[in-house]
Amino acid sequence: MAHEHKLEIFRGLWKFKSNTAKIWGVLAFLTFVTVIEVVLGILKPEALMGHVLGMKALNWIFIILTIVKAYYITWDFMHMRDEVKPLRRMVVWTAVFLIFYLVFILLQEGGYIESVYRTGFIKTDF
Amino acid sequence: MNTTVATGTEGKTWGGGNKPLKASYGKMMMWFFILSDALTFSAFLAAYGFSRFKFIDSWPIADEVFTHFPFLHGVEAPMYYVAFMTFVLIMSSVTMVLAVDAGHHLNKAKVTIYMFLTVIGGLIFVGSQAWEWNTFIKGEFGAVQTKGGNILQFVDTDGHRVAVADFAKVEAGQRTQHQSKNGLWFESESELPAFTMSEITKGLEAHPEVLVRTQILNAEGKKTVLSREESIKQLNENGKLFVQGANLHVNEYGSPLFADFFFFITGFHGFHVFSGVVLNIIIFFNVILGTYERRKSYEMVEKVGLYWHFVDLVWVFVFTFFYLV
Repeated sequence: MAHEHKLEIFRGLWKFKSNTAKIWGVLAFLTFVTVIEVVLGILKPEALMGHVLGMKALNWIFIILTIVKAYYITWDFMHMRDEVKPLRRMVVWTAVFLIFYLVFILLQEGGYIESVYRTGFIKTDF
Repeated sequence: MNTTVATGTEGKTWGGGNKPLKASYGKMMMWFFILSDALTFSAFLAAYGFSRFKFIDSWPIADEVFTHFPFLHGVEAPMYYVAFMTFVLIMSSVTMVLAVDAGHHLNKAKVTIYMFLTVIGGLIFVGSQAWEWNTFIKGEFGAVQTKGGNILQFVDTDGHRVAVADFAKVEAGQRTQHQSKNGLWFESESELPAFTMSEITKGLEAHPEVLVRTQILNAEGKKTVLSREESIKQLNENGKLFVQGANLHVNEYGSPLFADFFFFITGFHGFHVFSGVVLNIIIFFNVILGTYERRKSYEMVEKVGLYWHFVDLVWVFVFTFFYLV
């Protein structure tokens, strides 16, 4: 069985000589992203505390960086990059659509219940 | 008996024997298992999000809950420990993928070393998780639960947390826990809280520098600190129970739901890590025994590797939603 690996990440911006080199490169990138997350989490810059689309800008940054990390773990560590397109789509799109739906419904309803509490129909402060 | 049936479609698209996904059965099924497990985890995390949105103005701030680092007592170090745990898990993912790569080159010695390192990484992670749970369960400052189930914490005038044990007035003549060996043998009760409400109220009255902090987040995203009069009033009127640490019923850091989800989600993830370690150990011994060497294929390492990376993947999300966001 042949094991060809695609040896470039960032759409060919970063090319590697061997699969091992690519693994270390991806590790460096993931560590870099994690360090950014931790630094932002500790500093909590005032500029990022404003609300964007119902959530703090900082939280959006965290979620986007998490998805970026998830992408590189799946694509390079789990070798999704080397699988054929149909397998990739079967696994990824199924998860993406179901998760988006579930998260949307639950967060929407959670927000609604919060508004019921806040508008004083239910006493919580005692 | 010859069971082969000629259908006249051999070699055509629907003639069978095609492998459109170019992946072996085992690997494909591992992917589909991972997909379903990913949906399970996202359901848990979405449920966490639901409860959090429900109590969006009083949810505990993770930075104030997880502030400990082993061997650094009294030092506020939010995030560092969990960042370390994240790094350990990513690192063990790297050794795993290196093992898979060595397997492709049929290099038994290298696969052995990398599998061993992966197992060690997994064990360090599970151990760290246990330490994190232990710290969380023990708690640090203690708090008072109100009749409505809210949590009142105590701070000094600078806003630093104050432990209940530091100001409560210990009174003599408190009742002791009823144990079946001392009283009615068929009756028992759970452990009494370390302080009674009257001890805490009297202690608060005697210490003018101590204030009550509620769970409500103010406009700056900080917990509201009550004035002196309000503090005493709130504690007298609503205070019900002294709580220390967290379990499935009470949580000194805020909403009990936070503790419930923390135990459930990190517990379920920890269980995945644990089973991953067990699988890795089995594979490790198979590698040493030369099973895959004889098979001329290390695909088993690859399949277990997929699972192991998935555990790492889930942790990336748990890290974000429990500690960062």
